[in-house]
Amino acid sequence: MNHHPSPVTQDAELRAPESPKALFLAFNRLSLRGFGGVLPLAQRTLVEEERWMTNSEFVETLSMAQVLPGPNIGNMALMIGDRFFGLRGSLAAFTGMLAAPLAIVMTLAILYAGFSEQPQVAAALRGMGAVSAGLIGAVGIKALLSRMPDRTGWAVLCATFVLVGLMRWPLVWVMLTLGTISVALTWNKGQKK
Amino acid sequence: MSFADIISLFTHFMMFSLLSIGGAITLVPEMHRFTVEEKGWLGDYEFTSSIALAQASPGPNILFVTLIGWNAAGTLGAIATTLGIILPSSVLALYANRWAQHRADRPLVKAFRGGMIPITVGLLLATAWVLAEPNLDKPILMLISLVSLTLTIRTKLNPLWLIGGGGLAGMLLGG
Repeated sequence: MNHHPSPVTQDAELRAPESPKALFLAFNRLSLRGFGGVLPLAQRTLVEEERWMTNSEFVETLSMAQVLPGPNIGNMALMIGDRFFGLRGSLAAFTGMLAAPLAIVMTLAILYAGFSEQPQVAAALRGMGAVSAGLIGAVGIKALLSRMPDRTGWAVLCATFVLVGLMRWPLVWVMLTLGTISVALTWNKGQKK
Repeated sequence: MSFADIISLFTHFMMFSLLSIGGAITLVPEMHRFTVEEKGWLGDYEFTSSIALAQASPGPNILFVTLIGWNAAGTLGAIATTLGIILPSSVLALYANRWAQHRADRPLVKAFRGGMIPITVGLLLATAWVLAEPNLDKPILMLISLVSLTLTIRTKLNPLWLIGGGGLAGMLLGG
C-alpha cells in the first residue's frame, strides 16, 4: 500500500466534524450526489470539502472496508463515524448515507409497479439493466488495469469466474475453497520475500 | 409467501451479508440462484430490474437488495433483505476495524487482503456475465452493455448518463 501525503490536505488543516449531526448531513449529501456509485463522491466530500481526513487515510480506510464483507461505502461510513464519535458517530454516518436514498428507491419501485405493464417501460428497464451489466464489468476491468494479478492471481480469478458465473456454484463453497487456497498462497509468497 | 419464507429470506441475506466481500453486488449470482432459480420468489426480469432501478437512483448500490426483497414479498420482504444484508457485516466491520487498527502490519492481515483481491475481481466479472447472459440472443441489449462497459473504462462519464441513455435506447429500439 502506498502512503502519499496529499498535497491538498496537510494534517494541520484537518478538521473534525462538530457533531454526529454534521456526519449525518455530510454522508447524506455525498450519498444523494452519487448515481451508480458513491465512492468518488465520498473522496471529494470527506477529503476535499470537509477535510475530515487526508487522502491517504481515506485510501487506508477504503482498503480495510474492501477486505471486510458489506458495502464498501457503508463500512467506510461506520469506520469514519466510529473514529470521531464512537458508536453514535457510526450510526449517524450510516443512516445519513442510507435513509434518503432508501426512500427514493422505494418510491421509484412503487411508481414503477404501476407502469411495469407498459411495454415501453419494460423495454427501458431492460436497456438500463444492460447498462448495469456493463457498469459492473467495467469496475472489474478497471480493478484489473490498476493492479494486474500475477500468475496465481489470474488462476484464482478465472476459477472464480468459471465456478460462479458459468457453473453457478454457491458462493460459500467458492469462498471456503478458493479463498483459503488464495490466502495461503499469498501468505506463502509473503514469507519467502 | 409464508412467515417461514420471510424468515428464510432474512437468514439467507444475513449469510450473504457475511459473504459480501467486495460489496453485495458480488453476490448477485448467488442471490439469483437462491431467490429465482431455487425458490422462484421472483422472475428473471424482476430480478434484473431491481438492480437497474437501484442503479438509476442515487445512493449506494446495495439498495438493489431492498428491491429484491420488495419484489419477492412486499414490505416485509424489503425489511427482511435490507436488515439481513446490513446487520451482520456492519457489526463485523465496526469491531474488525477497531481490532485491525492495532495490527495492520501482521502478515496474516496482509495475506488475507492480497489473497482476496483476485476473488473479488473474478466475482465482479461473473456478476456482469450473470446479468448479461439472458440477453445473449438480443443484439441491441448486448450492444448497450458493451458500449457502457467501454465508455466507463475509457471516459469519466457520469453513470447516470449511461443509465438514462440505456433506458432511452431500450425504449426506442425495443430492447
